[in-house]
Amino acid sequence: MSVTTRLAWRNLWRHGRRTWLTVGAMIFCNILLVFMISFQFGTYSLMIDSTLSVLTGHIQIQEKDYNAEQRMRNTVPNGIALATDLRKKTGNSAMAARGTTFALASSEERSFGIQVMGVQPEFEAQISTLPGLIQDGRYLQGDDADEIVIGSVLARNLKAGIGDEVTLLGSGRDGSFAAGVATVVGIINSGMSELDRSIAQVPLGYFQSVFSMSDQVHSIVVNVGTLGAVEDEKHQLKTLVTTEDLVVLDWNELQPGLKQAIQADLFSNFVMYGVLIVLVAFSVLNTQLMAVLERTREFGVMMALGLRPGALARLVFLETAIMSLLGLFIGCLIGTAIAAYYQANGVYIPGMEEAMAKYNLPGELYPQVSLLSIFLGPGTVFIGGMLAAIYPALRLYSLAPVAAMRAV
Amino acid sequence: MAQEQSVSASILAKLAWRNLWRNYRRTLIMLTAIVIGVWAMILFSALMRGMLDEMVHAGLRVLPGEVQIHHPAFRDDPSIANSMQEPQGELLATLNRPPVQAWTARIKVPGMISSERDNRGAQLLGIDPAQEIALGFDPGDIVEGRFLESPQDKGIVIGRKLAERLETQLGKRVVIMSQDPDNDVADRGVRIVGIYKARLQATEELNVYVGRETLQKMLRIDKQVSEVAITANSYKTVDTWWPAIATAAGPELDTQPWMVLDAYLGTILSIQGTMNLIIMIIIFLALSFGLVNTLVMAVFERIREIGLMMALGMRPQWIMYQVLLESLMLLCLGLIIGNVLAAATILPLEGGIDISIVGDGLEMYGMGATLYPVLAAQDMLNSTLVVLVLGLLASLIPAWRASRYNPIQALAKN
Repeated sequence: MSVTTRLAWRNLWRHGRRTWLTVGAMIFCNILLVFMISFQFGTYSLMIDSTLSVLTGHIQIQEKDYNAEQRMRNTVPNGIALATDLRKKTGNSAMAARGTTFALASSEERSFGIQVMGVQPEFEAQISTLPGLIQDGRYLQGDDADEIVIGSVLARNLKAGIGDEVTLLGSGRDGSFAAGVATVVGIINSGMSELDRSIAQVPLGYFQSVFSMSDQVHSIVVNVGTLGAVEDEKHQLKTLVTTEDLVVLDWNELQPGLKQAIQADLFSNFVMYGVLIVLVAFSVLNTQLMAVLERTREFGVMMALGLRPGALARLVFLETAIMSLLGLFIGCLIGTAIAAYYQANGVYIPGMEEAMAKYNLPGELYPQVSLLSIFLGPGTVFIGGMLAAIYPALRLYSLAPVAAMRAV
Repeated sequence: MAQEQSVSASILAKLAWRNLWRNYRRTLIMLTAIVIGVWAMILFSALMRGMLDEMVHAGLRVLPGEVQIHHPAFRDDPSIANSMQEPQGELLATLNRPPVQAWTARIKVPGMISSERDNRGAQLLGIDPAQEIALGFDPGDIVEGRFLESPQDKGIVIGRKLAERLETQLGKRVVIMSQDPDNDVADRGVRIVGIYKARLQATEELNVYVGRETLQKMLRIDKQVSEVAITANSYKTVDTWWPAIATAAGPELDTQPWMVLDAYLGTILSIQGTMNLIIMIIIFLALSFGLVNTLVMAVFERIREIGLMMALGMRPQWIMYQVLLESLMLLCLGLIIGNVLAAATILPLEGGIDISIVGDGLEMYGMGATLYPVLAAQDMLNSTLVVLVLGLLASLIPAWRASRYNPIQALAKN
């Protein structure tokens, strides 16, 4: 240990209580930041996963105007063949073509305007969680069967059960009148009431014949496994899909609201964290300024003995750094322990189910501890503390040894 | 005796005030920290309040009515089959006297709307335009054409976004389709007489307005409606008057206040106060370390002085009061400046902050793209209470320690 380090260490403990209070402020702030940031990251990834895994997928191939307006006639020609081709070329089998339109669905007793989706039963399970959420009956089979699966709330509202017929009325791609009768074979219960109220899926082949789509589809939905792989796969798909008028869109382009909702939340929270960090920095500033002022005589002697102001400033910075590191380590340790505990056990916030269901979140949330979530907050606190030491350190440069030695 | 006390109190105050400024740098730093803390507390609360008001606006002002009456099965199954008679008898009488300020009966059924280019699912609303305006529909939201003129109006008013989706425009004809109580398809061609704008695109796409009697005729229901919406112009005090409506409506109908009708909004609003308080307390805790530190140092520097005062006969509790008073003065100064600064920041922003850069995301939260912060006396009061109560509590430790010094030992220090 060098002399300076030893000096700094001893200086800190001349006022043990003061040092611990300052370190305490940092520990408090760091624990809070580690837990909150881990919690936020966990919530965001849950929100993204649960939103995308229902219907959107990670990437979609669409006609260029479809994303903005979702018009019936903005289609991908020969979609099923294109999906098959892309599966082969990319080696990723999680791709499925879909058609989407609005239609009036009527049972014996009731009618509702709903969004009807034509899907490829064989591949849909790889890109969407819905086929796995069948509560009664089974999922669709075969591409051309006149079958339909509907959400549980919709089934209740239509008063239709397994085996009942549902009439679909709408318009075809060419504007003609479209009508079809399909038998309910399965009921989906996702637990998200908005979805269960609106979802209706039929086999794509049947969809194409009812709505005069010939070989057209509205989108090819791709699942790439993890969010990190989206960029590469999107790039690859772009080189493969050369047809003019077709675009490859990632989840952020498909659901701009998702990322923005996260950004808005992130921003407002970071402003709050910023205020906390500034307050802690003030605490450090106060402590270090006092520590410098009360040692004026001592510093005067040291300068008279030949130490330069720069060396004294280094001493002050070293003291601050030791304090901040103490705060960083203890804060990170406790904060990570708390976050890791809840990562394993989940956080349940009573009374928030309705609010969370709105963001496709389950009742329990899990913080996600990562290097970033551990060190982002405390790292900033550390930097804030060091910045706060600048003013006290600068005062050393205006110190005149003789006058300083006489100071009370 | 009383005079003596008041004299010593004034001396105590003078002492505390002077002590505060003996080390003006330290005091100023701490003061700045308190000011920033108070300012942030009020600012965050104001933004939060603005956000919530915005959500309430989107949630309650679109189809207004803090209390709504439905057929018992309607909320679960919003079908024409679950409709009810227009209000009459005792219910009608209750609706026509205070505190009810306005009410209306609507038909609200899911349906389809088709232009020659495209079709969409929509919520068909059969309304009485005059009552709807009394209830809170703003005719200024009509961007093209006009609002409906009477319950017999044969036109339709649709949202801007829906018009875009359907590739249709003012003056064009569209077909609306729904089912009648016998589940036969009921449809009718109507001319678009008006286009409205709403804060949320989802609203513009969902709701279409037609005359109530026109819709009743189309759906072959006579004098039947889906919902009665009632307002007393205050969503906050709804608890005080909705039970009376429920009684008048009788047990055969389902009468509910907005907190139940929109559980999301209800939850968010009910936790708002707690959330604000938690934020204030967290900010204060970050402050408190510095506050205690400052006082500890102030006491430490003055040990000899305190010993001297005690040796001269000052009672220990007066020493404690003096330190507490010093802390109180610091906190009060911080609160005054912090509050003034917060007001100066928020008031110019009350005209709205444009946050459309994350507009799609805010739509997920049920908010429009402009945030209107609200400076509320309640938040200023809360922050003052938090800072004063917790601040004095935190100061108790150094103050108490100062009063426990042994005069002889204290004098011998240094």
